[in-house]
Amino acid sequence: MPRRDNTPMQGELLQGTLDLLILRTLVIGPAHGHTIAHQIARQSDAVLQVEHGSLYPALHRLEDRGWIASFWGTSENNRRARYYRLTRTGRQQLAAQTRRWDEIVRAVNRILRPAE
Amino acid sequence: MGWMRYFRRGHWDEERARELESYVEEETADNIARGMSPLDARRAAYRKLGNPTLIREDIYAMNTLTRLESVLQDVRFGARLLRRNPTFTLVAVLTLALGTGANAAVFQLVNAVSLRTLPVSDPHELVEVRVDSHDRGRTGRFMSRRPMMTHALWEAVRDRQDAFSSMLAWSPAVFDLGGGGELRPAQGIWVSGSFFQMLGVRAAHGRVFTPADDVRGCSSPGVVLSDGFWRREYGGDPGAVGRTIRLDGGRFDIIGIAAPGFFGVEVGRSFDVAVPLCSEPLFRGAESGMDRLDSWFLAAVGRLKPGWTLDRASAHLRAISPPIFRDTLPPTYLPETARSYLEFDLMAVQAHTGVSGLRTAYATPLTILFGVTGLVLLIACANLANLMLARAAARAREVGVRLAIGASRSRIVRQLLSESLLLAVIGAAAGLVLARWLGGFLVRFLSTDRVPLFLDLAFDWRVFAFTAAVAGAACLLFGLAPALRATSAARPTAVLGTRGATDGVEPFTLRRALVVAQVALSLVLVVGALLFARSLRNLTTLDPGFREDGIVIATLDLRRAGVPTESRRAVFDTLLERFRALPGVERASEAAIAPITGSGWNNAIVIDGALQPGIVNFNAVGPGYFHTLGTRFISGRDFTAHDAVGSAPVAIVNDEFVRKYLAGADPMGRVFHWQDPPGREPAPRYQIVGVVENSKYTDLREDLPPIAYVPALQEREPGPSLEVILQATASLPIVTGAAAQMIREVNPAIAVQFETMERLVHESLMTERLMATLSGFFGALAMLIATVGLYGVMAYMVARRRMEIGIRMALGASRAAVVGMIVGEAARLLAVGLAVGALLAVWAARSARTLLYGVEPSDPATLALAVVVLGSVALAASWLPADRASRAEPTAALRAE
Repeated sequence: MPRRDNTPMQGELLQGTLDLLILRTLVIGPAHGHTIAHQIARQSDAVLQVEHGSLYPALHRLEDRGWIASFWGTSENNRRARYYRLTRTGRQQLAAQTRRWDEIVRAVNRILRPAE
Repeated sequence: MGWMRYFRRGHWDEERARELESYVEEETADNIARGMSPLDARRAAYRKLGNPTLIREDIYAMNTLTRLESVLQDVRFGARLLRRNPTFTLVAVLTLALGTGANAAVFQLVNAVSLRTLPVSDPHELVEVRVDSHDRGRTGRFMSRRPMMTHALWEAVRDRQDAFSSMLAWSPAVFDLGGGGELRPAQGIWVSGSFFQMLGVRAAHGRVFTPADDVRGCSSPGVVLSDGFWRREYGGDPGAVGRTIRLDGGRFDIIGIAAPGFFGVEVGRSFDVAVPLCSEPLFRGAESGMDRLDSWFLAAVGRLKPGWTLDRASAHLRAISPPIFRDTLPPTYLPETARSYLEFDLMAVQAHTGVSGLRTAYATPLTILFGVTGLVLLIACANLANLMLARAAARAREVGVRLAIGASRSRIVRQLLSESLLLAVIGAAAGLVLARWLGGFLVRFLSTDRVPLFLDLAFDWRVFAFTAAVAGAACLLFGLAPALRATSAARPTAVLGTRGATDGVEPFTLRRALVVAQVALSLVLVVGALLFARSLRNLTTLDPGFREDGIVIATLDLRRAGVPTESRRAVFDTLLERFRALPGVERASEAAIAPITGSGWNNAIVIDGALQPGIVNFNAVGPGYFHTLGTRFISGRDFTAHDAVGSAPVAIVNDEFVRKYLAGADPMGRVFHWQDPPGREPAPRYQIVGVVENSKYTDLREDLPPIAYVPALQEREPGPSLEVILQATASLPIVTGAAAQMIREVNPAIAVQFETMERLVHESLMTERLMATLSGFFGALAMLIATVGLYGVMAYMVARRRMEIGIRMALGASRAAVVGMIVGEAARLLAVGLAVGALLAVWAARSARTLLYGVEPSDPATLALAVVVLGSVALAASWLPADRASRAEPTAALRAE
């Protein structure tokens, strides 16, 4: 099963990071699930492979919280696809979550590289 | 939001399915663009996505209250199983309904008597003010059901206290609604003017009393009716206000109807009419307790001022006590009595649940009933646990398979428990219905015409909470062990469905233990039932020293007859003469106190100048009293018409008096008297002229007390009432009809009330009868359940050991040997259960000691009888499966495997 796949870093995505990445991807504009997954992979130079098995539940969860909204649209390939867009709360959350992420990264770095 | 989607899960799931589909389309298109064949492209897309169904399930689960969902699923599954086994379900629900219902009914009674707060405003501020006599007892006339205070004490406390914003006093009484002739009793209360206002109880119609209604010497006060009485007597007509009502012959204006649901401050009793306290002398006349400092007839309740606690109020009352008792000291007290009176203290007792004499009266019976119903529930649970175990065994394979394919143990336990829970809930619901009925039965059982019991049994949150707790506990008791047992890990063989020839011993131990427990607990109940039954029998068959059948007691009230004190004796004599002449009346005499009515008159006595220990019961009786009641003379003579005012004081004593005070010596001619009151003429010196056999005085349970009888004819100032004892040969209605007619002829203003000795005896044994009836019923029920339990286990065991039995018989074992083997097994279980039960029973019966009469709690004969009865019934039940097993064709048993 792909869920148990050995894609690099895949299983190691920090809890909540996927949500953050999805929100960030949607800043550019509405996108459907397939695009979101590809965007994340491409922008991370394929280091972060989104496990599709968790992508859709994550989208569902975010929508549930009201951070993103969805609608049916037509894809680049002229197919019907479910599009997601960032809501206003989602934007605020993205800002807040990004700040939080930066703090964590700084904190972790301070531990990993104390000399620098 | 998630839970909102719960309701549109189907819709959302479809959305997801389409979304995932579109993903696959996109990915496939991408893959084709990369040069894959369409088929490979689609496969690769699916590989990347994973199992769409799993993803959908994940999302689906997010949309639900998953836990609730699985619980509902379990319940549905449980309900299905129960529907498929209607017999099991019926038995289980019935047992549980009886168990929880009985417990809930007893709890209802406890709740109504002790836990419910009064339906008045801010009941938590209410405290009762009482006299703390430091266990030395109070002296004087006690003239009500709750004689806590004298009128002087009440006034002193009310005027001098600082702890209460307001106080009330009340006293129960019985008024006659009729105008002469046979008494029509109404429950009345005298209340202080502050009564209704202080409690915050308003009038539904008209008005309630204000302090202006309660002024010393009031001559025509208004009365307030209770809602219940108003509906009963006036059909709820608001026009009743302004009309008059006849009470003890006097006419009183009805000024209002109290709010519905209000019954006063005494739990267990209700009032029909409330009358201002100032009118007490109007009713009691010369007997009034108003101005007599030794007449205890009032009870007082105060409302704590804001910021005052019970302890502070109690301390305050104690502080103001010495001057209050000094100022209210009855001048008639002997020096000793006066000394202890001056040491009394006032105290405050919480009264938010009202006051009630029932609490002490019912404490032991209710505790024991609780124990009994608790045991019944335990036995029922043990029985159900056994049934559930049998079912679990039957389902072992199903459970084994589910465990093997990965179901978690907790999930299966939860599911098995939800089946138990379902049973418990249905059982509890049925139990509540039963409790309502049983509670009503208990109240009717304890209620009599003379003393109606008024209890509000309406279900409140406490009853529901209690029932829920009982049902929950029961569910865990009978459901948990079987569920855990069914899923215990090491049972791989269950799946294979093989059975050993003899079946393992291990899964059987628990069932055996449960049967032993059932037998043991049942024995406790059976012993209890026998003890109570024997007590009741002892009490109904004992010789009370007087005859019961045909004895009628007529109480004549002459207060309204306008007969002056000096001519009362003549009227009494006329009445007695005419009573004797009535058809169907064999004999008639008079007595100040009819036996076992609960009334009493006692005194310490002096013989040869020495104050004797203990107290002697007194009675004033007319000539022929002993003959009428069938009390035999041992020696000496009866009173005659010559033992009247002016002749030398004489007395008849009973055997116990002679034994206790005269050491068995010849009593004839000996003299005794009670202590001379200070500052008044000395007490009469009674010379003993006769000795009669012992008899009961206050109630049937007491040890035969020393009694001294003095001539009623020597009473210099007879009271306005006459108690006539009749020995009737005709039926009661004929006698009372004729008597009432005769009394009307003598004086139409005389009120009369009839009572039979049989009914007095019957009512005085109410508690015993209740205990015997209920414990008998529950004992039989417990025995039935335990017997069915034993039968079930034996039948099950026989079924499991069919092959073994078949082999034994094929090898030549006789039928008798097989029966002996199985019955022997049952007998062993029984023996263990009975042994444990006997120990428990002896231990438990001690708590019932005060309710037993003439039988020891550890009575060996009772215990033996219980063991024999329970043992033989249970053994007979186990013989059935044994016999069946021995009749089976060995080959059939062997072929079945």
